[in-house]
Amino acid sequence: MPQFRMTGRGLWITALIVPPLCFVALFIVYPIISAFAYAFFDWQGLKRLDFVGLENFHTVLFVEPYRSWTLNAFKNNIIVFFALMVLQNGLGFILAYALWRELPGARFHRIAVFLPVVLSTIIVAYLFKLFYHPLFGLVNISLKSIGLSEWAQPWLGQSGTALWSIIAAQAWHMVGFPTLVFLAGMQRIPSEILDAVRMETESEWVKITKIVWPLVAPSATIVFTLLFVGAFNWFELPYIMGGLDGSPFGSTDVLGLYFYRTAFGNVSSGQQDFGLGSALAVLIFIFIAAIAAVITTRLRAREIQL
Amino acid sequence: MKTIVRAGTLLSALLIAAPAFAQDLTFWSWRQEDRAAYEQFIDTFEAANPGITVKFETFEATNYNTILSTALAGGTGPDVMMVRAYGGLENVAVAGYLEELTTESVPALANFAEPALAAESVRADGKIYAVPFASQTQLVIYNSKIFADNGIEEPQTWDDLMAASQKLKDAGIIPFANGTATAWQNETVTFGLGSSLMGKAFYDELMAGTADFTDARFTSALASVNELAQDYFPDGFIGLDYPSAQQLFSSGMAAMFVGGSYELATFKTQNRDIEMGVFAAPGKTAEDAKLVGLYFDGGYAVNAASPNKEAAITFVNYLASPEFGQAFANTLNNISTIPGVTFDNPLLAEVNDLNKSSIPYLMLAHFRYGEPSGSVLIQGEMQKLFSGETTPEAIGEALTTGLAAWYEPFKK
Repeated sequence: MPQFRMTGRGLWITALIVPPLCFVALFIVYPIISAFAYAFFDWQGLKRLDFVGLENFHTVLFVEPYRSWTLNAFKNNIIVFFALMVLQNGLGFILAYALWRELPGARFHRIAVFLPVVLSTIIVAYLFKLFYHPLFGLVNISLKSIGLSEWAQPWLGQSGTALWSIIAAQAWHMVGFPTLVFLAGMQRIPSEILDAVRMETESEWVKITKIVWPLVAPSATIVFTLLFVGAFNWFELPYIMGGLDGSPFGSTDVLGLYFYRTAFGNVSSGQQDFGLGSALAVLIFIFIAAIAAVITTRLRAREIQL
Repeated sequence: MKTIVRAGTLLSALLIAAPAFAQDLTFWSWRQEDRAAYEQFIDTFEAANPGITVKFETFEATNYNTILSTALAGGTGPDVMMVRAYGGLENVAVAGYLEELTTESVPALANFAEPALAAESVRADGKIYAVPFASQTQLVIYNSKIFADNGIEEPQTWDDLMAASQKLKDAGIIPFANGTATAWQNETVTFGLGSSLMGKAFYDELMAGTADFTDARFTSALASVNELAQDYFPDGFIGLDYPSAQQLFSSGMAAMFVGGSYELATFKTQNRDIEMGVFAAPGKTAEDAKLVGLYFDGGYAVNAASPNKEAAITFVNYLASPEFGQAFANTLNNISTIPGVTFDNPLLAEVNDLNKSSIPYLMLAHFRYGEPSGSVLIQGEMQKLFSGETTPEAIGEALTTGLAAWYEPFKK
């Protein structure tokens, strides 16, 4: 039987590992577990009442009005995910390719594309709120000045345009991130492979689809997974631009806002319900963890080791 | 060494014994901006009550409820605290954290108006848990200079109001500054403009359980509000948020603002030179009672678990006294709920007069006790109405069936 003795080195390693482990346990593991626990109780404000089993989960999923609120927020998250997949990751890939090919001004554009990512979300949100202002906003004034007055809209006030306006702001804000990740992936492609392709064809399309896209698969895995997690945890932009209620009438409501409202209440409802809020948080967590795991393993499988 | 130990013992003995000499109260509030005024009120109180000291502590308004409930649940709450009214009060009071106040412990409560006390009572037992401190009124605020320049008087009928708005629009002035992109503004606009159209009789029947929101008086009021908004709110008002609307009014670009009496101070801060007047939005005819929407902000409550309960009650008695009410009205420019208070500020005096003919700000006062709250419903539904995606009749139906989830009189 091997003996475990605390040698100098072992002691040293233990001393280094224990504090961060305690930190993670206290501030990450414990809150997650307690949120799980909270979800199984009935609450009155912040006072815990009886154990109610799965009642809270049942309520948020199947009892009106929570059922339609949950479905509406979930539906909006799905729209956000797919829209950003195209606008943020798709555009990011194209931009990265253009930067990688060193088109004129690439150096300047590399910085320009990434600059918005550095801005605080609050700043971006207020900036775009001003752009979309119905009376003085840049968008409406520009449209009017080029004779398209009838295209001028109260962008953030209509159910048809509000969510898309916020998605556009998000895409503008974050498009630099996938661009940078894709660009890094492209720069890792060995030049021998590219030279070999050049012998076969001059077509950019073939080059993208047969060489670049398969070889940046690891970058795609990263940005897809992060986008998925980000889209379902989306909070700051809709909170600032649409408000806690997902104004107008829930058309910008997402799971993050809905969870916050349910757990902590808002100006317009005196109710705070930690049980329902925690149940929602647990459901969101399980959903994100499960799907993210599937996405990661699936995408990993198609990565090629050079 | 010995001296240090001795000194330490003495010091801790003093610290433990100190409460026996002076009673230290902690007093929590979400009114950070009123700190200076409250320090002054507390000085007055301490001068009159030697032996009691009050420590005023403020917290950020939007998180106040959460901070307070957490502290009370953990047993570290303050002795005296500001609490919200209506549903917000019930969140803390029903959990048993607050001391019941009676006309025996706080005699001045006997003189308070019934609706003010109701705002700080729990519906189930009718017991009072806080001394109400201020009321707010939903009405129409107007720029008196613009009104005078265009020869417009305060309207006596709904048609007057529409005509005045048209006149302003023709003169190139935005009649109403309001926008409805910020959800809660929809509720303000609805009841700030519509209370007189709905009428007191509707309110009484609604409370008695003989009418619900499908009532024609209610739905036709919504239709009128919508008609006015479509014609006389700014272009694209459904995409206009609350701060922008405030700016439109305070900058003088718009003539009227439907909102709470709390806006008066904001407008004055944004534009020191603005001259304002207030009126209650009129009903159909000049004979219809002109009603404002009235509600109460919050109250002062005592922690049921406070070790200094007696001193806390003494302090709350001071907070219920006419002297305090007068100082409160003069320094903070708020409508004190304490009877007999007079107002230096002519606008506040006028608001106080308008309050005599009022109905409660409906959703806040009666329909924020369950999910979905009446406020959340009316806000979303009015946004739909303003963007042409529903009808007033459908709103009446949606409110009644939505509230039936928890509001007993609507359950069939």
